Amino acid sequence: MESTQLYQEIILDHNKKPRNWGKVEDCTHTSEGLNPLCGDHIWVTLKVVDDAIQSVAFEGTSCAICKASASMMTTTVKGKRLTEAEALVQEFREMATGKLDVSGGEHHLGRLTVFAGVKDLPSRVKCAILPWHTLHAAIAKEATISTEGEHDPFANA
Amino acid sequence: MSALPVQTSPGALAAPLDVERIRADFPILSAVRVNGKPLAYLDNGASSQMPRQVIDRLVRYQTHEHANIHRGVHYLTATATAAFEAARATVQRFLNAREDREIVFTSNVTDSINLVAHGYGRAFIGAGDEIIITHLEHHANIVPWQMLCEEKGAKLRVAPINDAGEVIMEEFEKLFGPRTRFVSVTHVANALGTINPVRRMVEIAHRHGVPIMIDGAQAVQHMAVDVQALDCDFYAFTGHKVFGPTGVGVLYGKAALLEKMRPFRGGGDMILSVTFEKTTYNAIPYKFEAGTPPIAQAIALAAALDYVKDVGIDRIAAHESELLRYATESLHAISDVRIIGTAKEKASVLSFNVGDIHPHDVGSLLNDDGVAVRTGHHCAQPVMDRFGVPATARASFAFYNTLAEVDQLVASVRRVQKLFA
Repeated sequence: MESTQLYQEIILDHNKKPRNWGKVEDCTHTSEGLNPLCGDHIWVTLKVVDDAIQSVAFEGTSCAICKASASMMTTTVKGKRLTEAEALVQEFREMATGKLDVSGGEHHLGRLTVFAGVKDLPSRVKCAILPWHTLHAAIAKEATISTEGEHDPFANA
Repeated sequence: MSALPVQTSPGALAAPLDVERIRADFPILSAVRVNGKPLAYLDNGASSQMPRQVIDRLVRYQTHEHANIHRGVHYLTATATAAFEAARATVQRFLNAREDREIVFTSNVTDSINLVAHGYGRAFIGAGDEIIITHLEHHANIVPWQMLCEEKGAKLRVAPINDAGEVIMEEFEKLFGPRTRFVSVTHVANALGTINPVRRMVEIAHRHGVPIMIDGAQAVQHMAVDVQALDCDFYAFTGHKVFGPTGVGVLYGKAALLEKMRPFRGGGDMILSVTFEKTTYNAIPYKFEAGTPPIAQAIALAAALDYVKDVGIDRIAAHESELLRYATESLHAISDVRIIGTAKEKASVLSFNVGDIHPHDVGSLLNDDGVAVRTGHHCAQPVMDRFGVPATARASFAFYNTLAEVDQLVASVRRVQKLFA
């Protein structure tokens, strides 16, 4: 597949104007995500009230795929219950690693399916998944995660 | 962009490289198309391609000459041993080393540096001693010394670079003191292409009575290297960046130093005799070649060095200098393209960023147009930090690259810019 097909308007738009950029000042959960291979480095902050994500934000340095994935993640999980957010993390990871075929079957990914093509670009899978891993780590109260080692999406997806 | 500092033989520039004829020697350049487009392979700094002459040598070795080397008595072991030791002599001539026993076959430059950090460093560097490197180094010339410092309580000192990506020589010299025990510097910076003034660095180190190692991973494929003229104490390079195979590297060391060093790995071939009470080590270079070495790879590396010699390193340098000049001008002409590393003396390596588009996006999209560049921190994170970028895209040229491929790169960069506009 040509990468150009992945760089659709919605991804380019979220890259240019990331939503929920910054920090949630009175956050209850936070985590730092790092992809040491390509240098993507982001922070996700959450304010959780009654097991629901009241506000979420991210910031950092990353490629367009990572930034757009993070931006669209924040707009999707805002207001969701933690269990719903975790289910989305799982579905997104399965989509990006080619284990979930989004053309059929039940899923809750909605517009996030624009990232489905990343499964054919092995070097970019981790870019798309990093924000979701970081969200998962924040919910689990882990301070940092890395795409390498035990958090390798291919190792435990 | 000034010419590369090579010894130019008389009349060399009068007979420029026939690039199309050269390209015909490299099967992969025409065999591979990417997304239906011709391949522009501009990732030679990471690994170069192999000419048919080297591939044929590998095949001939495996089909007619292979057995394990040394100590055998049968026909094939004698044939393989002769070819392996002939390869050592070829490397010796390539670097103009005084003796063939000064050439140690390793697995790559990382291995060569670790060998010196272990064999020399662990034996002769202690608490409070200092090791000097530069800010331009690849992680392979940082981490082994850091590990040694941590183990011994020694201190790593780093020579700073200026905004062009050149080592500030006055600062380099200021780092030398009574506790300086070792210096290790790159010949050509892999992330930026800067050619270090290694001859001067050797002089400075020796004036302070300190041995110096040079990491030539990015140098030997671009310029003539004469270790006697340089007078360096150690020099390392790797096969797969000089048109040979992966899995073989070279460490040159002055015989007197190699002899007083500790072995790196213990095992077969590096011994003279073994009892459970005591082992006597073999002579150099075998003392450092424990276990079965990369026999086929070393022999093919020699074929690659012969190929480079036949083409002529001065003609290679002249062609690459033209590629670098053209690529630098062409990319510079695109608004928003920032070239990182603008040293006066550069090898054909060009690091750049396109506006604020992340290099990984640039690299993925260039690939759609058949253009292969490396993106990331190039295992030189301190260099990236120095220039305030997380990563760069890096085009690195070999003598088989063409001006048309530079045009292909430039057109692709313009397309990426348009997509992100």
